[in-house]
Amino acid sequence: MSSVIDYLPLILKGMLLTIEVAVLSLLISVLLGMIGALAKMSGSRIARSIAGIYTTVIRGMPDLVLMTLIFFGGQILLNNVGEKLGLEYIDVSPFVAGVITIGFIFGAYMAETFRGGILAVSRGEIEAGYAFGMTPMKVFMRITLPAMVRHALPGFGNNWLVLTKATALISIIGLHDMVFNALVAGGTTRKPFTFLCVVAFLYLLITGVSDIGIRWLDKRYSVGVRKA
Amino acid sequence: MTESVPALRVENIHKSFGSINVLKGISLEAYEQDVISILGSSGSGKSTLLRCINLLEIPSAGKVYVRGELIKMRQKKDGEHVAEDRKQVERIRSKLAMVFQQFNLWAHMTAIQNVMEAPIHVLKLSKAEAKEKAEAILHRVGLHEHMNYYPSQLSGGQQQRAAIARALAMDPDMLMFDEPTSALDPELVGEVLKVMQSLAEEGRTMLVVTHEMGFAREVSSRVLFVDSGRVEEDGVPEQVFNQPKSLRFQQFIAGSLK
Repeated sequence: MSSVIDYLPLILKGMLLTIEVAVLSLLISVLLGMIGALAKMSGSRIARSIAGIYTTVIRGMPDLVLMTLIFFGGQILLNNVGEKLGLEYIDVSPFVAGVITIGFIFGAYMAETFRGGILAVSRGEIEAGYAFGMTPMKVFMRITLPAMVRHALPGFGNNWLVLTKATALISIIGLHDMVFNALVAGGTTRKPFTFLCVVAFLYLLITGVSDIGIRWLDKRYSVGVRKA
Repeated sequence: MTESVPALRVENIHKSFGSINVLKGISLEAYEQDVISILGSSGSGKSTLLRCINLLEIPSAGKVYVRGELIKMRQKKDGEHVAEDRKQVERIRSKLAMVFQQFNLWAHMTAIQNVMEAPIHVLKLSKAEAKEKAEAILHRVGLHEHMNYYPSQLSGGQQQRAAIARALAMDPDMLMFDEPTSALDPELVGEVLKVMQSLAEEGRTMLVVTHEMGFAREVSSRVLFVDSGRVEEDGVPEQVFNQPKSLRFQQFIAGSLK
């Protein structure tokens, strides 16, 4: 037990990193997701194709493969390019690589979630917005988006939880997140099971708090809706 | 009393959906304070006609003049017709308020928020001005006590009256009603028709696509009968109902309940 307490600060430091990566990746994924959803539903065939390739390819590969491809492969690519251009050795920060990769991956999932949410918005309400002279941007911000949130929330919450757990992958590229530190501590004390249990519990804490947040969001965006 | 410039002029409107010709050359003029009822069976094109005026549908051919202003349209390379000037369409729409069959109130806003929304975001009124106006209008349609209710908490008749209030808040030059009572229980139809009648008596310019023969006969200043995409009757109610010219219309009123 004392060994757990000894290593707790280290684990908690890793937890902080985990949360940082998760939140930053979430922001990127929401941004990419919204762009992707709108692109997939736009009139431009080019936009639709690019978005389609994005969601198909990224959702079609294991996150682990993508992570190693982007980090290690990206590093090699940058080195080669740097060499040809005569630049200095550019280091890819594992943190940046991790955040970008996870954000990129979950952007694809968010795009589909948002697209579903937007499709579920009542066409009549959107039409009424236009009929009253609103610009497309106004219709989107005042009518489509608020109505969409309610429909997208279950998928969104799902994606967030999966994303949070996917951050464990950054231990592969050398980031000292919760899992990394837990494995180190477990190895040193020869009590791997103990520390993995601690980490599992801390993940439950994160997802538990997220659950409360999502339920609050659901309540807030469901005003005026009769629950089935 | 006729004005020199009609509130609305529609010239030879055609509209096709794919290979289906819904409107086959409709022309009409509406002057200030006209209350025009547009009758017709399902599929006759009457709703499409209304929707071509505020460009919720784009006509395949023909011209639309709102207060003398031609709505600019053009044809894209692939043959599809679009509005030329988005700003013009938005501006014109803000002066032509529509009431829909399915109400189409914004579900995430209360009644009063619905009524305030377009005045604030399209007419750029201040929130205070919009609120004051909205309260007065909601009072007028008898929804003052329900103004903080959400659409899901209102009956069909109340929702439609809220939708009418939403339309009135825009100070429109013309009100357009697309089968406003068709989705209502019979008991609730009356309360909506009453509001519409009071608007007509007030001198509002109204275009009403409806199945309510009573309203067409008693309240409107003109009746149009649309059949298979063409205007078969166009005249004052007394003439149209008592001395119809078209066989189709005679069949139509014979077959209706009222």
